[in-house]
Amino acid sequence: MAMDSKEIEKHIKEALPDAVVEIQDLAGDGNHYSATVTSAKFSGKNKIEQHKIVYNSLKGKMGNELHALAIKTKEA
Amino acid sequence: MEQQIKDQIENEISNNEVCLFMKGTPEAPQCGFSMAVSNMLKILEVNFKGVNILENEHIRQGIKEFSEWPTIPQLYIKKEFVGGCDIVKEMYESGELKKILEKKQINFKK
Repeated sequence: MAMDSKEIEKHIKEALPDAVVEIQDLAGDGNHYSATVTSAKFSGKNKIEQHKIVYNSLKGKMGNELHALAIKTKEA
Repeated sequence: MEQQIKDQIENEISNNEVCLFMKGTPEAPQCGFSMAVSNMLKILEVNFKGVNILENEHIRQGIKEFSEWPTIPQLYIKKEFVGGCDIVKEMYESGELKKILEKKQINFKK
């Protein structure tokens, strides 16, 4: 199953409206993406908490429709 | 999650100071992300237990719930969840992984 990169961005921005999201389709197959997410909401949170915010924004799609999403989070 | 599965996961992370839930084994990883974390630990000469989640569907689902983390691999050091592939890689590159190993008194190649 594949997922569109626009859809990933939309989900992340719903959870983090201020976020700057850069998505790359790593293999060109709609299945392996990397997302760099920059948001002020990450401030004061550790990496695990930051990544959980991104995972949670995808509402269970991660590991299912979305096979692989490499995440990099940055504080704005 | 069934108590039995939870106990099994808790046993693994209690009995192994460094425990990696992964697809495949450290000798024969079945996924690039699992291989990446396994290789970082090998380079640092860390003694670790690889738990092959492909051998047990209950553990495979259970560990995601246990850590509240949707992907594999997952690294535990002294019962603490350290992260998945992206975080461990970032920590490896920044030297932070070594700091954690040191702090938690795990032997590794300095």
